[in-house]
Amino acid sequence: YRRERTLALRSSSSALYNNLAVLCAPARPPRAFGAVHGTTLSLLGTEGPPRQLPARGGGSALSTPLLTQAAWCQLPARVLLVLTSQRGVQMYEADGSTLVFWHALDVPEHPAAHSAFARGIAAAGERFICVGTSSGAVLVFDIPPKGTNVTLSEVLEQHRDPVTDIAAEQGQAPDGAGDLVTADDSGTLCLWSTGEEFTLLGKIPGSGCTCSSVTLWNGIVAAGYGNGQIRLWEAGTGQLRAQVSAHARWIYALDLAPLTGKLLSGAEDSFVHVWKLSRNPDTDDVEIQHCHAECVTDTQVCGARFCDPAGDTFAVSGYDLGEILCYGPA
Amino acid sequence: MSSRTLPLLFLNLGGEMLYILDQRLRAQSIPGEKARKDEWTDVDRKRVMNDIIATMFNKKFMEELFKPQELYSKKALRTVYDRLAHASIMRLNQASMDKLYDLMTMAFKYQVLLCPRPRDILLVTFNHLDAIKDFVYESPAILNQVDETFRQLIETYTCLSDGEFQLIRQTLLIFFQDMHIRVSIFLKDKVQNSNGRFVLPISGPVPWGTEVPGLIRIFNHKGVEVKRTEFTTAGNYVTPQREGSFELYGDRVLKLGTNMYSVSRPVETHMAGSSRNTASHAKVSSTAPNPLAKEELNLLARLLGGLDIQKPGGGETGFRLNLFTTDEEEENAAQTRPEELSYKVINIEATQERREELSRILGELEVAEPHPDSAGKGEDLLALMDGL
Repeated sequence: YRRERTLALRSSSSALYNNLAVLCAPARPPRAFGAVHGTTLSLLGTEGPPRQLPARGGGSALSTPLLTQAAWCQLPARVLLVLTSQRGVQMYEADGSTLVFWHALDVPEHPAAHSAFARGIAAAGERFICVGTSSGAVLVFDIPPKGTNVTLSEVLEQHRDPVTDIAAEQGQAPDGAGDLVTADDSGTLCLWSTGEEFTLLGKIPGSGCTCSSVTLWNGIVAAGYGNGQIRLWEAGTGQLRAQVSAHARWIYALDLAPLTGKLLSGAEDSFVHVWKLSRNPDTDDVEIQHCHAECVTDTQVCGARFCDPAGDTFAVSGYDLGEILCYGPA
Repeated sequence: MSSRTLPLLFLNLGGEMLYILDQRLRAQSIPGEKARKDEWTDVDRKRVMNDIIATMFNKKFMEELFKPQELYSKKALRTVYDRLAHASIMRLNQASMDKLYDLMTMAFKYQVLLCPRPRDILLVTFNHLDAIKDFVYESPAILNQVDETFRQLIETYTCLSDGEFQLIRQTLLIFFQDMHIRVSIFLKDKVQNSNGRFVLPISGPVPWGTEVPGLIRIFNHKGVEVKRTEFTTAGNYVTPQREGSFELYGDRVLKLGTNMYSVSRPVETHMAGSSRNTASHAKVSSTAPNPLAKEELNLLARLLGGLDIQKPGGGETGFRLNLFTTDEEEENAAQTRPEELSYKVINIEATQERREELSRILGELEVAEPHPDSAGKGEDLLALMDGL
């Protein structure tokens, strides 16, 4: 890999987990990028000038809420841009032009000792969008193929700590392995099977170390932690299959390229690493190899995403950086 | 986002302010017998430091501070430090106050950014408090106030999880986002680049609880380790020796938050060229004006209420402290400060509501304490008015 180009954002990126959203097109360069800056989302598309989407929900007695995350959710029927904030969940059409749905969190009037916010976004089960909250609850929204009639279908209450990230199976799930994983501040991972009713299939208890980012591929959960470790878990059994001392600081982002099993990790230590996941057909062991390291000088990486399903290109965002850095084949 | 960020922000910025003031006061002090009426002596310096620290650690103020709440806006916080810096006989011109605040904020931003673990922000805070206790070791009453706050910090924060500390850190980093003022002591020590961004080292000890990167361990389906491989990167990390102490007394190990100023190293900030890139403008709050301004004024009003504001007049001429080396420099700095970096300090008299009453508060030296049984936070200010 080598650094290809730099895209200028309207504003710099905030230090938030998974702070880079990429809207990929199958055989072309990405259609759009997004990074959160405080109370707004900086959007960069291939057409038109860069734009900013503000957080909603600032009432007369409240100041503008902070955004926590943004992600494009690709469902078979449509693509929605989802923003999470201290006040709730905003869903827009993919280009950010129209607000499709707004869900307000139950926020106490005076700030309690525990902050309230939504965080963790994933499309799941062909027609749902799941959003995590600081109470540990995961909201499941049923998305109609078109229109604004989004409904809250279920609230999953298994986590007792703030949710950090949610990921859907990007490959082929083995039997009984589940197709959704949710992660929280204590490092607890929950595995679900999606549908009319979501079912909890398994829980991997955390050890107090935050899991800030998670991916699920062919029944392998890849999780990034606050102590710089990447761990690979068998989704079906909850068994630890690999442990990597990957970064010297808190991991902020993980992403997976489903066609090849490449894994991307970004952390506060300024490094971005590319790994290769695979399964040994004889022993059924999960393997992980280190492929490439990039040092983004003097930058704490807060977002990293592959820009194509094979993982030949990726993009990186960093705290206080007013740009998105793009990398491609060497 | 975290409602527990304000005490850490306030105490650490306050600590940096005290380091800078102490250094400047020492640099400008004259031995007692030789001093003219308008020059600083050691006695004056200690008095100023004691006055400011006593105000900062005022019991009522601390109670208010530790309540779960959102961070103040930059403007509101700056105004609090304005008041704090003037809690004694010392006076600062706008240019010197601006420079003081620039130094304070960039120093703490650096500390937050370079903290190995989010939890280490607490160690940074303890470093500041340890030094503050050193400033007032001769005054047991004030020392006691500081110790009380120390205990409250321990009680509030040591039980928080790493995830909660990271949320606090993220909240602080949002507050400091886009600030790239160049500080000469940082530039000289090569911890800041000429574009205002801090140098993030990729060598040295890893945080406590983290392993040196490089090892990959593979386990079979029974959980038995079957393979080990290694990978290398440009980083050059080592294991840390020990963890810092989170007790009332102890070796903090971490150097961040200790006093980096000394009399022989004057500190300057550079304005020119610090804001070329649009994305790196120091963020003058562009969000909707915070309607919680009432809440912020409430805290300030209480602070004013507890103070015996020394009005320069009569015998005392109000000793002026200059953060620059000469008066001409200070004057020049005031005139050449870029627009986007002006703090636009809240002028209380300029608010639309209660203009007359607030002017009266400022004019008077002593203000009645707010009613103890007021209905809610926002009501206190109104109750205060009614009591006048």
